[in-house]
Amino acid sequence: MPTMSIKQALNEALREEMRADPDVFIMGEEVAEYQGAYKVTEGLLAEFGSKRVIDTPISEEVIVGAGVGAAMAGLKPVVEMMTINFALLALDQIVNHAAKYYYMSGGQYNIPLVVRAASGVGLQLGAQHSQNFESWFVHVPGLKVVLPATSRDAKGLLKSAIRDPDPVIFLEHELIYLNKSEVPDGDFTVPLGVADVKREGTDVTIITYSRMVLFALKAAERLAKEGISVEVIDLRTLRPLDTRTVIDSVKKTHRAVVAEEDWPMCGMGAELIAQIQQEAFDYLDAPVERVSGVDVPMPYAKNLEKMAVPGEEELYSAVKRVMQGV
Amino acid sequence: MAITRSGAHTVELLDKLPREEHLEMYRMMVLIRRFEEMAGKKYMEAVIGGFCHLYIGQEAVCVGIQSVLRPDDYAMGTYREHGQALAAGMDARAIMAELFGKATGVSKGKGGSMHLFDKSRNFMGGDAIVGGHLPIAAGVGLSIKYRAADQVCVCYFGDGAVNEGAFHEALNISGLWKLPVIYVCENNLYGMGTQVTRASAVPDLSRRVSGYGIESAHVDGMDLLAVRNLAEVAVRECRNGNGPYFIEAKTYRYRGHSMADPATYRSKDEVEEWRVRDPINLFERQLLDKGLMKDADVQRISSEVDQLVDECVQFAEESPAPSPDALYEYVYASEEI
Ligand SMILES: Cc1ncc(C[n+]2csc(CCOP(=O)(O)OP(=O)(O)O)c2C)c(N)n1
Ligand SMILES: [Mg+2]
Repeated sequence: MPTMSIKQALNEALREEMRADPDVFIMGEEVAEYQGAYKVTEGLLAEFGSKRVIDTPISEEVIVGAGVGAAMAGLKPVVEMMTINFALLALDQIVNHAAKYYYMSGGQYNIPLVVRAASGVGLQLGAQHSQNFESWFVHVPGLKVVLPATSRDAKGLLKSAIRDPDPVIFLEHELIYLNKSEVPDGDFTVPLGVADVKREGTDVTIITYSRMVLFALKAAERLAKEGISVEVIDLRTLRPLDTRTVIDSVKKTHRAVVAEEDWPMCGMGAELIAQIQQEAFDYLDAPVERVSGVDVPMPYAKNLEKMAVPGEEELYSAVKRVMQGV
Repeated sequence: MAITRSGAHTVELLDKLPREEHLEMYRMMVLIRRFEEMAGKKYMEAVIGGFCHLYIGQEAVCVGIQSVLRPDDYAMGTYREHGQALAAGMDARAIMAELFGKATGVSKGKGGSMHLFDKSRNFMGGDAIVGGHLPIAAGVGLSIKYRAADQVCVCYFGDGAVNEGAFHEALNISGLWKLPVIYVCENNLYGMGTQVTRASAVPDLSRRVSGYGIESAHVDGMDLLAVRNLAEVAVRECRNGNGPYFIEAKTYRYRGHSMADPATYRSKDEVEEWRVRDPINLFERQLLDKGLMKDADVQRISSEVDQLVDECVQFAEESPAPSPDALYEYVYASEEI
């Protein structure tokens, strides 16, 4: 199997879907001539021309809104928000329009739209450029929310998202774009709404997504040496949520750590804990532990930023806490 | 680039169009008026719930515009869209059923007064976020251009929407990409209780788009033929690749903003001044004077329309409410396909 970066995997997904379906097009700030702020759309303008790879003004609301309109009129737009921070200017289009038309039109207008965005913490980018908003979107019925952690998932999930008849928020962690991993040859997809057990284990389950998956795998490696067997679930899609995989695993291991890079308040971890206690309370041998970003706007200074962002260390100690007394 | 269409063109149009077309436009205006009166009545009886915004007084605008569209053209409106939906040819009975929240409604009872949709007529709602559907109209325009088709998309909105950011983003991109979208600003002088002069730095709204390279014009929105005349120009320009086009139709709503609004912020005299130029009366007089319509036609159309509106109510009353299963229906298309 060839190895490639997440960035390259995303690029291949876009390229293949655009080749396969003339209704697929991409639009956003700097996606064409500049080839993408993170170079995800590299080479697409040259191959598909300016009709299908469209540079827009810096106008997030109309970028997403025009995607909604084009989708209603039969096309399959992929719109890029340069980063998720700027998608807040398009929140009305995402929440009030893209997520609502299918329902309030009584099933007449579905919105096959993908909103892609670089997301997550950066490196010393400060409070406005270093954030996660997946919990905002996950909150909304009508949206699907996808966050890949590996190259294979990035490619397969993006292809599924483009073929999906509903609006999909596709969040690409900006610090792992260049991470390389294996990607199968040929046309494959990874279904939306299906979690992936990235490592099997028997003592405790870490449930997480996006870049935190990589930290979870590292922590699991380290804990294995201490005789603790950690199962790592990569949710991949937060909505629809694959509750089944989570609950089955917790029933097996009897211990769980939920982890997100996002802030803790009303975050994904809170939702996971609620579902676990509802469906697997009697199976738990310890309270569920939560790992998250620190509840402050992101500071600039290197030392403070390091304190604000969760990683391997936080996961390691959380697992040790749920394993206490064993 | 503001052009004012004058009465001269109107007279030409009166001669030019076949009589049946005149009668159909007249009938549509009367239907909208009577439909809205009935909706208001049913709202007062608490049969219709939520917010209900009536179109009474503005009939000439959407009837004039829709009369020059083809069936494959697109239209979308605001929460004040009953009239536009009717003028787009949607089934009046199914619209009333939607207001009643019934399963037979145009949106299966899931939308309500503010969210009327009909894909078979390319009527895309019914959007209740002020200015929120303008970017979407731009996207429909983009899709037309993408397919190299010669359709147009008409987007109706009020005077209040011109102060939203979405308006300016949508108009800029439409001008930049020359999208075949006709933006129809129905300036009824008020956004809820706020008069245009208290909301827009430049009250001449057709000038608000002067920075976007868009052809714009204003028209007397109480004069059906004047509206139609300008709409023809706008549609022709858009079909020929010279879009977008911005139309400011100066009009007036006789009722409050919604059924809940007694409209105390304006004088009775002001309302009366506008009523003197009532769009239906004006057109009726034009047709009678020209001999295109007889008193008997007026009577016949009136009773036909009344009968249809009664049928609408009966249909809506007799229709079932959505089944409980419908609660979870149409959240995700992937679950239906
Ligand atoms: C973004 C947004 N802000 C506020 C409202 C509440 N609201 C609904 S209609 C309206 C007035 C709009 O006036 P106008 O655009 O002139 O349209 P009209 O009602 O006169 O047809 C307001 C403030 C809303 N629906 N959406
Ligand atoms: Mg108004």
